[in-house]
Amino acid sequence: MEAPAQAQPKEPQKLIVSIGPHVHDVESTAKIMWTVSAALLPATLMSVYYFGIPAIEVILVCLAVSLASEAAVQWMLKRPVTLSDGSAFLTGLLLAMNLPANAPLYIPAVASFIAIVIAKQLFGGLGFNIFNPALIGRAFVLVSFAKIMTTFSPTRVMGIDAKTMATPLVLLKEEGIAKLLEVYHTKAVLYQDLLIGNRAGSLGETSVIALLLGAAFLMAKRYITWHIPIPFIATVGVLTWIFGGKEGLMTGDPLLHMMSGGLILGAFFMATDYVTGPSVRSAQIVFGICAGILTTLIRLKGGYPEGVMFAILLMNCFAPLLDRGMKSKVFGKAEAKGVKK
Amino acid sequence: MEASTVKAHDTFSGGVHPADNKSLTAHKPTVAAAIPKRAIIPLSQHIGAPTKPLVTIGQEVKKGEKIGETTGFVSAPVHASISGKVTAIGNFPHILGADLPSIVIESDGKDEWIGGMNENPDYLLLSPDELKKMVQDAGIVGMGGATFPTHVKLSPPKEKPIDMVILNGAECEPYLTSDHRLMLEKPKEIIEGLKVLMRILGVSKGYIGIEANKPDAIETMTNAAAGSEIKVWPVKVKYPQGAEKMLIKAIAGRTVPAGGLPMDVGVVVQNVGTAEAIYNAVRYGRPLIERYVTVTGRGVKDPKNFLVRIGTQFSQLVEEAGGLTEDAAKVISGGPMMGMSQYTLDVPVIKGTSGITILPRSEVITKPYGPCIRCGRCIDACPMKLQPSYIGLYIEKGHYEDAKAYNLMDCFECGSCTFVCPANRPMVQWVKKAKRELAKKKN
Repeated sequence: MEAPAQAQPKEPQKLIVSIGPHVHDVESTAKIMWTVSAALLPATLMSVYYFGIPAIEVILVCLAVSLASEAAVQWMLKRPVTLSDGSAFLTGLLLAMNLPANAPLYIPAVASFIAIVIAKQLFGGLGFNIFNPALIGRAFVLVSFAKIMTTFSPTRVMGIDAKTMATPLVLLKEEGIAKLLEVYHTKAVLYQDLLIGNRAGSLGETSVIALLLGAAFLMAKRYITWHIPIPFIATVGVLTWIFGGKEGLMTGDPLLHMMSGGLILGAFFMATDYVTGPSVRSAQIVFGICAGILTTLIRLKGGYPEGVMFAILLMNCFAPLLDRGMKSKVFGKAEAKGVKK
Repeated sequence: MEASTVKAHDTFSGGVHPADNKSLTAHKPTVAAAIPKRAIIPLSQHIGAPTKPLVTIGQEVKKGEKIGETTGFVSAPVHASISGKVTAIGNFPHILGADLPSIVIESDGKDEWIGGMNENPDYLLLSPDELKKMVQDAGIVGMGGATFPTHVKLSPPKEKPIDMVILNGAECEPYLTSDHRLMLEKPKEIIEGLKVLMRILGVSKGYIGIEANKPDAIETMTNAAAGSEIKVWPVKVKYPQGAEKMLIKAIAGRTVPAGGLPMDVGVVVQNVGTAEAIYNAVRYGRPLIERYVTVTGRGVKDPKNFLVRIGTQFSQLVEEAGGLTEDAAKVISGGPMMGMSQYTLDVPVIKGTSGITILPRSEVITKPYGPCIRCGRCIDACPMKLQPSYIGLYIEKGHYEDAKAYNLMDCFECGSCTFVCPANRPMVQWVKKAKRELAKKKN
């Protein structure tokens, strides 16, 4: 039986032709960048809680100048403006996490400009920068405005009248563990304050718990893996335990070192930056261990109390080399040697 | 065996998990598509030398009659899939994207077999050489999509002894269910085909690898294989589990050397559809003139599994599957991972066409690609353990030799890297381009 007459055949549908695969995973660069930014939310909120309005000001200036610099450079170079990919926002936020709350606002402005324009865009933009932009921004202001950058304020909840306060690592390095305990009373209080973030320091360095919360979220989503941060932190722990004590080998305080300074922030959020770290898993482990060694070396023997930033920046140089040197054996390459062609 | 108790064996590292979308058609029994009024039969439906026509325009042909003769050893004859009259010999649209030499037959409506075909129930008593000759004469090629002439795989050189035949029923491509349906509907035929393969190669180890997401097929095939030496082997659900090297890793635990072939580790892999075609050839003397084809995707109104004559145009099958939806936008010959998109529905089904996947506009990716952010997802996904990110960066800049140093030639273009890339970078397209450019330089 014939079907009833249909309407006149339409113009044939135009088909889209491309090389496969024709389906795609749900991840995108923008989604990753915004998700990492969201993972920094707990730490950001804690910084506002501890340092108040000045923290908000630093964060806003970093974000504004980062986004404006990115847009300006891309506009000048006649490239598409890609603020929506979230990478400039993330750089701005990470940078803010690395600055003291009481810094005058030209500091976050200059640091953001350096991070985006010099460290990122002049190297070719997203994907092509060798060094972590936020850390370059911070390194620039640290060496240019050393005094300001090493002056921290106590948190609002400490109930201390003094305008400034040394960070735990500075106290440890310059005056020893006894002085540190004098300030924090007991080791238990010290650990607890480090954990929740009640200490002097950069915005995002303070609350270990808030940072770990964000890191756990990223690890659950597999946006970051253990390969860099865990070896990094473990290396610092082991080395400071062995060499960090005054009474000889194995008398250091690894917990204090692992929770102090920028280690948790740096290990989970900065060293894991895709662009400036290695992408081969085994190379990532080496990267983490080496960063841990450098951090400990600077903390215990260097001129600065904290070494995470320089350690990561130094290791950034080696990331491509590590990837090249440690690429996994191609499937069947070892077996290919004995085969007669 | 309970559906839920199917336990998969270990397999290769890497791979991806695209949404399989097989529920669109997996439960639908195969129906015979209408015999086409006009069959367009390409002279080249396989890897290797194209065939040369044996017929002239105006000539009457019967179903099963050889119409294209091989011109070399790595080649396979083609046969008329319907009876009727040859009305044209010339270039017609082909799924490879170009117009290629084809023979057009107008049906006489009789669908008559060519004479002289004898059924032989004692085919397993034939000598390996006789059986191999029958496979070759039947024009059988790899029906999983690679279309490598089967008799060539069955003729390994003396220094490469074979001890195992693996049938590939993994069907790891999303959407496609033609192999799945074949295993449910023709299990005995597949087992018999495997026995023929084992006899030709003189081996006693026969395996059938099936992804664990097809418990009914695993059960059916296990029952069909009962009482024989053949083992059904559930493999992990992971793309590209159906790639030869990955399947051999999962089943035999052997690693095919880079740049090598399965025969280097004593294995021959054939698709389950190929095995069924072999059975038809040795038992009934029938050449390969029809196959299972899944017509699927949300761009077609009534997705179905069809038994289709070679040479049937996509347009007819789409019509029989309810027609395209209003927003149909991409027609893929094969599955969405390794299939080839088509610009016209005039192309015919060939021996390697396992399915037609039709995607609506909303599922077609057209966003531009961005810079590589070196997240390493492609490195984790690559089943060959390559570094697609670096290969892509080099090719993007035209540095083909550097890409080669990063083992470009070991890539078999499964598309896992491109599937996971958050920057949407077209790695597979670049790899194809680089291989072509390097080949040009060589010549």
